[in-house]
Amino acid sequence: MSTNVQDIHEDHHHAPSGLMRWITTTNHKDIGSLYLWFSLLMFFIGGFMALIIRAELFEPGLQLVIPGFFNQMTTMHALIMIFGAVMPAFVGLANWQIPIMIGAPDMALPRLNNWSFWILPFAFTMLLSTLFFDSGGPAAGWTLYPPLSLQGGNSMPFVILSIHLLGISSILGAINVIATILNMRAPGMTLMKMPIFIWTWLITAFLLIAAMPVLAGAITMLLTDRFFGTSFFTASGGGDPVMFQHIFWFFGHPEVYILILPAFGIVSTIIPAFSRKKLFGYDSMVYATASIALLSFIVWAHHMFTVGMPLAGEIFFMLTTMLIAVPTGVKVFNWVATMWRGSMTFETPMLFALAFIILFTIGGFSGLMLAMTPADFQYHDTYFVVAHFHYVLVPGAVFAIIAAVYYWLPKWTGKMYSESLGKLHFWLTTVFVNVTFFPMHFVGLAGMPRRIPDYPVQFADFNAIASVGAFGFGLSQLLFVYILYNTLKKDVTAEDKVWDGAEGLEWTLSSPPPYHSFEKAPRVE
Amino acid sequence: MKKIIYLLALILPTQILADWEVNMPRGVTPTSEIAYDIHMLMFWITVVIGILVFGVMVYSIIYHRKSVGYQPAKFHESTRVEIVWTVIPFLILVVCAIPATKALIMMEDTSDAGITLKVTGYQWMWEYEYLEDGVNFFSKIDNKSNNARRLNSGKDVNDVEHYLRNVDNEVVLPTDTKVRLLLTASDVIHAWWVPELGGKKDAIPGYVNEMWINIKEPGVYRGACAELCGKDHGFMPIVVRAVPKLEYDKWVSLRKDNRVAESQNIGR
Ligand code: HEM
Ligand SMILES: [Cu+2]
Ligand SMILES: [Cu+2]
Repeated sequence: MSTNVQDIHEDHHHAPSGLMRWITTTNHKDIGSLYLWFSLLMFFIGGFMALIIRAELFEPGLQLVIPGFFNQMTTMHALIMIFGAVMPAFVGLANWQIPIMIGAPDMALPRLNNWSFWILPFAFTMLLSTLFFDSGGPAAGWTLYPPLSLQGGNSMPFVILSIHLLGISSILGAINVIATILNMRAPGMTLMKMPIFIWTWLITAFLLIAAMPVLAGAITMLLTDRFFGTSFFTASGGGDPVMFQHIFWFFGHPEVYILILPAFGIVSTIIPAFSRKKLFGYDSMVYATASIALLSFIVWAHHMFTVGMPLAGEIFFMLTTMLIAVPTGVKVFNWVATMWRGSMTFETPMLFALAFIILFTIGGFSGLMLAMTPADFQYHDTYFVVAHFHYVLVPGAVFAIIAAVYYWLPKWTGKMYSESLGKLHFWLTTVFVNVTFFPMHFVGLAGMPRRIPDYPVQFADFNAIASVGAFGFGLSQLLFVYILYNTLKKDVTAEDKVWDGAEGLEWTLSSPPPYHSFEKAPRVE
Repeated sequence: MKKIIYLLALILPTQILADWEVNMPRGVTPTSEIAYDIHMLMFWITVVIGILVFGVMVYSIIYHRKSVGYQPAKFHESTRVEIVWTVIPFLILVVCAIPATKALIMMEDTSDAGITLKVTGYQWMWEYEYLEDGVNFFSKIDNKSNNARRLNSGKDVNDVEHYLRNVDNEVVLPTDTKVRLLLTASDVIHAWWVPELGGKKDAIPGYVNEMWINIKEPGVYRGACAELCGKDHGFMPIVVRAVPKLEYDKWVSLRKDNRVAESQNIGR
């Protein structure tokens, strides 16, 4: 991990320098940077695993790995990307942005902040180390369904402990976000005047606090089933394997919104800035976000339509899931209305935000199709589902993160990235993301199950295309690293208000902002 | 646009288009047909919504840009529009929910079945028990596929007939008969799925799940396990041979007399 990025900030408090500075830091910008660099590292580790998966699936037959290892790769790829790449990136953005967007000097709980970051490297070292065990890493899928997950080797307690640590880290981060937003806003900034990114993070933080303990409960029961003779989930002991799925998805569905709500906030910030027009329907955006969050607790069983629920249950979960498409649609309509009769320019952050709207919506469309239970009996556990969630997560969550980095990087560093390289990065990424994931809709509909290391020959063509796309996508991200490197070695030249259409307190600070963001609280009218 | 054309030009000649299966099969059972119809209904609805929304967006991107000198408007809220685009999607969804709910009720009605087939999932094969007819056997991936699929097997899987889609013992079922399937598993969760016969259902230890199929056309239908069940999850195919009722009865009696080899010629 790089330690030489932010040392341009002078420290007035005789803090340690070098490595110790980063280990002991309680500064929201330092911690934000740590989170973001950590996330980038995990993105590449998880991406490497994805490329192993796609290399094996390039053509039918097994060429590279044995099935057991393939399953470890799918399991680890998902855990790393969700808990290591996307969630820490959002927490990093929260750390950097919340204080400077609400006019605060720092986060409310700086030491807690340090701790919640430094849990992560230990948790992921432990998680990744299981790959080197004789019995290998976890291989039952990121959903950890018993009884299969109970068959795992020695990795299981390590995986569970590391997920516990990740949960603790997330909950601490969420507490900090809530405490900061509720207590440290500049005078005059009422709740309904908060920047929309702050709103989405506030709601996300509540989702985290509600959902993570549920996951903790589920995996603790797995642990006691395996080692302490309980049988919560083993049928032979009177337990119920389906109960695990209910508990898991009661966490899991809010979790997918944890992965997308901050992305909504980012896009709702960037689109107005480059349309030079205020966000359309601010109030309805807030209400839509809140209703998505509330609804997300009553739709969980749409992930398990095939377990044989009672008819009434299937109908209930089908209808509530369809309902969640309404506020999601409202968000998309508001974005389009923001652009309508704006005065748009297309810098890199805007390009990523526009691609987000189109491609996320395509993921929303397949979500709506998946919500229809009779059709889901066909879609479930096929590549169609894989296509769906990659569309909402990659050109969804990940594009929003990249857009946010391009948007705020000049503010954070005082240095402007190369616009032409940024655009090249955008076009490569967007083309390859579609080459990778669009064909997955087709093979899924044609009958290819997910989580298989080998497949019948009739699926060969689309799989080959997807694999080519995946390698293109992965390589394109090296360009992103180069752009970051290239920017950081420049001189500080960026203006305070980097984008002429941008609004918000962060643009009133210098670029880069002072070490303690707002020493004196600004007034918001 | 040019890029896409070049890409297509590269790909297209390598394969006849007909081989590129891109959609859900309509299948040969009432349940697979209704799933297909709802799938297509939703698909076209999303296509229309997509064209409208993206159309407005693209129009705006083309005409409302700074480089053509467009000045930004000042409006930024309208309760009326918000209500409109909350209520209209809601109504569209109500229209979708009605046929979907009806379909679901039909799909879950397993009453009045002609025969009952009990399916048990194992790591990594299936057991089939014909409860009324007293026939009972295991079914697992055929040897040709099983040998070719090993890492470094040295065999070209393209030369294997029905690679990963063939079994040693096929399930034989009568056409035009409501067949009730009872699904369970002995070790971990599996899912029994033949796309052309309709959706899948999980086979779960400690549970007996139900589903039904009624095959309208004789033929061979292939599927696979659809729930991750361990290292050989990708290698537990399903083959159903649907034959007219008379032939099915003949198959049952041959099976009962243990004339397995002979029974395997039925319907070929
Ligand atoms: C319009 C909104 C959405 C609807 C109606 C929807 C619906 C669904 C349904 C029904 C499934 C289960 C499919 C199956 O397994 O058979 C599913 C899976 C999934 N969705 Fe969505 N979804 C929506 C948006 C999102 C968003 C915003 C995210 C995350 C950013 C997301 C992430 C996922 C993931 C990760 C899975 C698969 C989990 C797994 O089985 O491993 N979805 N979605
Ligand atoms: Cu969900
Ligand atoms: Cu399986």
